[in-house]
Amino acid sequence: MPLYLNDEQTMLRDTARDFVAEHAPVRHLRALRDAKDPTGFSRDLWKQFAEMGLTGILIPEASGGLGLGHVEAGVVLEEIGRNLTPSPFLSTAVAAVEALKGTGHAERWFPGIAAGEAVIAIAHDEKPKFGRAVALKAERAGNGFRLTGAKRFAHQAHAADLILVTARTAGSDTDTAGITLFAIDPKAAGLDLRPERLADSSLAAHATFDGVEVTADAVVGEIDAGADPLGRLLRAAGAGASAELLGVGAGASDMTLGYLKERKQFGTLIGSFQALQHRAAHLYSELEVARAATLKAQQLLDAGEPADEAVAIAKAMTGLATTLAVQEGIQMHGGIGMTDEYDIGFYMKRARVLAEMFGDSNYHANALAEAAGY
Amino acid sequence: MTVQLEQFREQTRAWLEANCPPSMREPIRSEKDIVWGGRNPDWAHPDQKLWMDRMAERGWTVPDWPTQYGGGGLSPAETKILREELKRMGARTPLNSFGISMLGPALLKYGTEEQKLEHLPRIARGEIRWCQGYSEPNAGSDLAGLQAWAEDAGDHYVVNGQKVWTSYADKADWIFCLVRTSKESKQGGISFVLFDMASPGVSTKPILLISGYSPFCETFFDNVRVPKSQRVHDENKGWDVAKYLLGHEREMISGMGLDRAGGNPLIEGAIATIGLDAQGKLADPLLRGQIALFEVRMRAFSAMSERFLDELKAGRAHPAQPSMMKYVGTELNKQRHELIMAAGGSDALEWESEASTKGARPRAWLRTKANSIEGGTSEIQLNIVAKRILELPG
Repeated sequence: MPLYLNDEQTMLRDTARDFVAEHAPVRHLRALRDAKDPTGFSRDLWKQFAEMGLTGILIPEASGGLGLGHVEAGVVLEEIGRNLTPSPFLSTAVAAVEALKGTGHAERWFPGIAAGEAVIAIAHDEKPKFGRAVALKAERAGNGFRLTGAKRFAHQAHAADLILVTARTAGSDTDTAGITLFAIDPKAAGLDLRPERLADSSLAAHATFDGVEVTADAVVGEIDAGADPLGRLLRAAGAGASAELLGVGAGASDMTLGYLKERKQFGTLIGSFQALQHRAAHLYSELEVARAATLKAQQLLDAGEPADEAVAIAKAMTGLATTLAVQEGIQMHGGIGMTDEYDIGFYMKRARVLAEMFGDSNYHANALAEAAGY
Repeated sequence: MTVQLEQFREQTRAWLEANCPPSMREPIRSEKDIVWGGRNPDWAHPDQKLWMDRMAERGWTVPDWPTQYGGGGLSPAETKILREELKRMGARTPLNSFGISMLGPALLKYGTEEQKLEHLPRIARGEIRWCQGYSEPNAGSDLAGLQAWAEDAGDHYVVNGQKVWTSYADKADWIFCLVRTSKESKQGGISFVLFDMASPGVSTKPILLISGYSPFCETFFDNVRVPKSQRVHDENKGWDVAKYLLGHEREMISGMGLDRAGGNPLIEGAIATIGLDAQGKLADPLLRGQIALFEVRMRAFSAMSERFLDELKAGRAHPAQPSMMKYVGTELNKQRHELIMAAGGSDALEWESEASTKGARPRAWLRTKANSIEGGTSEIQLNIVAKRILELPG
């Protein structure tokens, strides 16, 4: 399979590009932020995404979705990134759908996701830095489990209809075996969700589980074998976050190139200065490489081939490239880049949040080094 | 379609398994392991010739060239499969040549039928080794300022002048060469000619480099007679051919750090010298982090290389994209060798010892410094990307 978008995927990209730019450009984010919107995203917009079929992009056709793949989901996420659109797309339509696929929960939740009614959040992180360790305990209690512990950086969990939670049912914190994935009602007794506003104005919750009781039905996949659905979840989320990050970087880069072509100093366009041209060309190169790495990961996922390493490369590389894009963005805009009124700063903030989500560049570089035996 | 390709993959794999000698699946350890062909080939191992001839017989030294010119006539998808299968088994490239990577594509686009039939099959079979006469002492980054003069003498030219940085000119059989045929216009006064290095009046002088080797030469032309039938494309239109060929040269150079058959010398070397700690991590944590981030970039670039080739074959690549590839690929290759040196410590400083294979590491490290100069410097590539892809002013 050639490593570029085919004709259908290109058409989808054009459609998604027009749709997101029209309905959720950066001023949509700005308005939500200025209003201190307690949800942090627009449920109406989520409905509109559903009307386009996009929320069900990874849901099989038999379950009311489009039955498309990670490449197509990435195409949509890139436009979400480019417009900094606050959306539960990554967690709900990508991470959760992949985790629930093939489990008993799919039937219950896929129609709602496809209809744009359900939002699902992921609660996995327990420390300020992403990792694979899971300490939150789930002990047997009657026919079900009792969960005790804490999660953090559960993006949009305060507004979710369901939360996917990783918990320890056996073994020690760092074991891969003995993790179980639970699907939990955010309103469950004993679950405290405390949303915190992040730098990019999105909301992520600290979640405290104080003996939250769930039935055995809440288990996603098999008990102690949560590594399976969690693996699917993290691969999908990693590739998806890469695509969204890539969109943020591409958006920042486009905006900056536009500025280089209109801003005059010393009586000439600043884009004619070689010092800036070389930096812009270097940035272009970094983003192109990141785009290739991201598409490679998505294609491998769609082909059902081992993709852990490709996803790690994609997330690490998009983290590096987009971090450069937003830094160059502000520097090349000069003083106005520092103003709240101008959009480029929003790109920097979103890039920082996405860079941390599901592991930053260092995390994935380290994982690749471990896999390579050094 | 997919079924046919799967069949092609199986047949290809079976044929390669049967025909690629085991010695040609060993990692390349030194310059001698690279096959260049030519009139006076320097075989380090008889299997080198066997492997080259077997591949050439199928047209697979140039798999995507048309069969009438010695190629394999493979489609882009089949070519990709062949490349993947060669890589999978760690097979060495059967034949490296500037004829394959540079002149061939230019002849396919600009050559006459006679020129194609004369030169391409001999390139494909490794019979003629080519060198490139581009740079001159006063025409480096400003290549179009070249001055080697081709005087019109009726049915032929008489060429006088000097080239420099001519790779392997002392070992090459023929040269593709930029000469000035008009002083009226800078770029519009250049012609692209081919001639035999054995022609009277051609002489070469190797240049000793910081690596201690002499892969480049000064090349002198003293009244060299070149038939006009050996000019490619129209007179004074050589710059078109030159630029097209440069795209292919940049593509080739960008891949220098890629597709090394077998293993990862950087990681293996670091483990051998520094060792692993109790957790199985390289015992120098700062170097480990540098290597890990380098590997991210290298492997991402490997995906970029695949994407670029796919886009190129489908005619979807931006014409200036080879400049981006060359820039990224060469900067990464230089970084790789800096890390290899850092990982090797004082072992990697030995210049002559047997243990160091006569200083293979430091010499290769120094050689890579030319990567971001030859074929157009990194700065020239960034200029091209800025102007032609990003359309920045000035």
